[in-house]
Amino acid sequence: MENKEYQPVIGLEIHIELATASKMFCGCDAYHFNVEPNTHCCPVCLGLPGALPVPNKKAIEWTIRLGLALNCRILEESKFDRKNYFYPDLPKGYQISQYDQPFCVQGKVILKEGREIRIRRVHLEEDTGKLLHTEIGGKKCTLVDFNRSGIPLLEVVTEPDFQNSQEVDEFLKDLQRTVRYLGISDADMEKGSLRIEPNISIKTKSVKGKAQNDEELPLYKVEVKNINSFRFARKAIEYEIERQIEILQGGETPIQETRGWNETENKTVSQREKEEAHDYRYFPEPDIPPMNFTPEKIAEIKKQIPELPEKKEKRFIKEFKLSPYQVDLLIETKELADYYEEALKINGKIDGRKYSSPSEIANWLINRKVDIKTVSPEKLIKDLIASKEVTSVSEAEMSRIVDETLSENAQAAADYKKGKTAVLGFLIGQAVKKIGPQADRQEITRELIEKLK
Amino acid sequence: MNLNELSLTEVLEGIEKKRFSPQEIFADCQKRIKEVDEKTKAFITVIAETRNAIPFAIKDNFCTENIRTTASSNILRDYIPPYNATVYQRLIDAQFGLLGKTNMDSFAHGSSTETSDFFVTHNPWNLERLPGGSSGGSAAAVMADETIFAIGSETAGSIRQPSAWCGVVGLKPSYGRVSRYGVIAMGSSLDCPGPITKTVADAEIIYKTIAGKDPLDATTVDRSLVETSSFEPKKIRIGLAKEYLEVAEKPVRQKILEAAEVFRRLGCSVVEVSLFDPRYAISVYTILQRSEVSSNLARYDGIRYGSDRTYFNKENKRRIMLGTYTLSAGYYDAYYLKAQKIRTVICQDFEKAFEKLDVIIGPVSPSPAKRIGASTADPMFGEKEDVLVEPSTIAGLPAISLPAGFVDGLPVGLQIIGNRWQEDLILNLGKLFETETQYYKIKPKL
Amino acid sequence: MTKELTPAEVQHIAQLAKLQLSEEEMKRFQLQLTETLKFIAHLDEIETEKILPTSQVSGNKDVFREDVIRPSLTQEQALSGAKRKHQGYFVTEAIF
Repeated sequence: MENKEYQPVIGLEIHIELATASKMFCGCDAYHFNVEPNTHCCPVCLGLPGALPVPNKKAIEWTIRLGLALNCRILEESKFDRKNYFYPDLPKGYQISQYDQPFCVQGKVILKEGREIRIRRVHLEEDTGKLLHTEIGGKKCTLVDFNRSGIPLLEVVTEPDFQNSQEVDEFLKDLQRTVRYLGISDADMEKGSLRIEPNISIKTKSVKGKAQNDEELPLYKVEVKNINSFRFARKAIEYEIERQIEILQGGETPIQETRGWNETENKTVSQREKEEAHDYRYFPEPDIPPMNFTPEKIAEIKKQIPELPEKKEKRFIKEFKLSPYQVDLLIETKELADYYEEALKINGKIDGRKYSSPSEIANWLINRKVDIKTVSPEKLIKDLIASKEVTSVSEAEMSRIVDETLSENAQAAADYKKGKTAVLGFLIGQAVKKIGPQADRQEITRELIEKLK
Repeated sequence: MNLNELSLTEVLEGIEKKRFSPQEIFADCQKRIKEVDEKTKAFITVIAETRNAIPFAIKDNFCTENIRTTASSNILRDYIPPYNATVYQRLIDAQFGLLGKTNMDSFAHGSSTETSDFFVTHNPWNLERLPGGSSGGSAAAVMADETIFAIGSETAGSIRQPSAWCGVVGLKPSYGRVSRYGVIAMGSSLDCPGPITKTVADAEIIYKTIAGKDPLDATTVDRSLVETSSFEPKKIRIGLAKEYLEVAEKPVRQKILEAAEVFRRLGCSVVEVSLFDPRYAISVYTILQRSEVSSNLARYDGIRYGSDRTYFNKENKRRIMLGTYTLSAGYYDAYYLKAQKIRTVICQDFEKAFEKLDVIIGPVSPSPAKRIGASTADPMFGEKEDVLVEPSTIAGLPAISLPAGFVDGLPVGLQIIGNRWQEDLILNLGKLFETETQYYKIKPKL
Repeated sequence: MTKELTPAEVQHIAQLAKLQLSEEEMKRFQLQLTETLKFIAHLDEIETEKILPTSQVSGNKDVFREDVIRPSLTQEQALSGAKRKHQGYFVTEAIF
């Protein structure tokens, strides 16, 4: 009896818009979100006759930063290449990209459960312009805005090592966080500075009895586009897995194609363009000389990399004795993590009663949703200390208040004496109301118990 | 004396001595254009105003802000660039003034100026003859004294060959000496802007004005313009290119041999040198240039400027087709990659030759100017015509073409090829030759 | 390497190069391109196995620019060459 096991084989192609001030090959302002069309353009990014590209040093350094963070090998010699194809948003009729000598290759990331995801490459290219489909005078046409043309774009390609959507989700969230830590991009899917294209196929295993296990590698690959959130990425992958397994169960092979995620109908749809195999006719970009990266240069770039989330997480747990839950929230952004450590530093200079534990500070920060942009670490510590300060009340006054509380709540007092000790909390609360939120609960408790004897 | 007949050197001297003003020269050139340009048809666009500046003409593939720039193509017939080419900017910053844009082969695809989409330029020496190309308009304008000097560009022969056919001086600097920013691209790894002038001394002045690193062109080099320390003719070792002579027609060969004698008289040593067969260079150049052309012309889709791709002419389409093929999947290794490897062989061949020699001389073109209509004969006309200049272009070497006499009333050009970055040496040698021979004094009657 | 180009290949190249060719042009280019390929076939005679390709004769390496913003063209300048424009955009045929 032959049973078939279906195992998803998933790879990712991720594009990240770098947050450099200027574009990749020219000095135009790289900011293009909600900007008047075609106002951040020049002969170079418009592809005017005679224009020439000159590469942005920072964009290249940032590419290598990410490659190093992903444990890649940095090629000693690399270059740019021309990728030739026609499309209205591609002004030169070719995209300057990298083909066979990208900046970074052969990296890896290890997920929480231990699965290793290999990074095939990280390379740098330029973004295209934006197309808008509309109607003018009743006739359909396409509008083009080249503000985005020439923005530096990182491309990260993984090997097809993912086996399910949860792994992809974890990887993507970690990647987003790392990119933000490195300060190279805001990696925002809604703004389009982080774009994901998963490719999904299914590996079929024939389990013949106990003896043979034949594994058939997938003979096809389906690319999915038009995904603009992590949630949709998960859904699209899950949908595809199901769709493909169904086809395989029917004895057919899914078609190799590109499909688009339709978020209103929650499914992928075949993008039935003429699927001509693209012949990009790559050749080395003659306008840009090749680049060399010596170990010294790479070491310089490595120095610019801050402590990354994985390492920070381990350190926070060990040094500050925090729970994984607390740490997860604190290291969500580098700014928050740095803020927290700054607050710890300030706290560290205080002794005695006013000293708070790292965990206390963490909880204060988390639970009170402190806005770190407006509240300085000094203020945070001040507030925390203030919250622990008790409103001082004289012995006589305390005695009076407790007496008052007991007489106003005679039933509760009686219950307590009968043995319902839980009622004490209620009585403490009543006394606190009379003093204020900074009432010394310990003192109140002692006084109540004394008087209830 | 008509001031337009002066050389740049004479103009600069005259202005300094206050014998005349730049404006007068500018006006005289404009007058000359009105007189003879309907015969030579060197200009596409002529500036109307008379400027108080030493006038020059520039090939119409150099972008000039707010002034029509067509590359002699119907695609860019009405194109007005919003920016200046660096070479043009440097000239106007140096107080030179634009007379007009000169005719060329459309997108520089040719060696005749016959494939211009607008009209053919006529050789001032014989109006039934071609001026050569692709900088034919610039060369004709200089020879006809319609301008004091001009600017051209060379991808393989496009400065040297029309200079030779028109009897003027043309300098192709080393690749990387002069910025390509703003020059409508043909072969990106080959294109070199350069001066076309009446004398070698003039060429030197303009070269020094336009050369130098440009932050807008990553392939320009940061090197001193002075490369050789001293110039002593008796110490110069000249190689006479054997294979180039063999390819040339007999009368042309004769002129070159005479030129070699001149150098010997001046004290230089001249020996024969055998170089890598230039005919292979034709194929290497054809592949590299057409491949890069196919990519460089992909931007002409008519959306942002110009007209759409149906406006390309036969020659444009032919080159794009071949270039697309040689880069395509399955053929890249056999063609483009192979051509780049043989490029290495050609570079190494020159390196070896320059171990024992300082410069190499030879003919520029196998024949003098051909008749109008000749370029339509062969689908590889341009590349075959340029056989003698392609090897040095492929290696990025500097070279100058200067008049070396006449054959049947048509000028013959001698080329002096130098080692990389040694423009100063070939200019010095050129100056020596022209002072001795004085061919620049002979002008056609128009 | 001496190839005869087929009409299908010529058609394919024209498509890749986004050139619309007439019947006559197709036939003419088929002949001319084949002729050219036959000519350049002599490069096979040269042994290049151990030779590295040269793609840059300038000798330059590591040429970059700093990440500094420089003035752009105005919207008017950027659109100045276009035959069709609309509210600051370039206009082209509808895609799909």
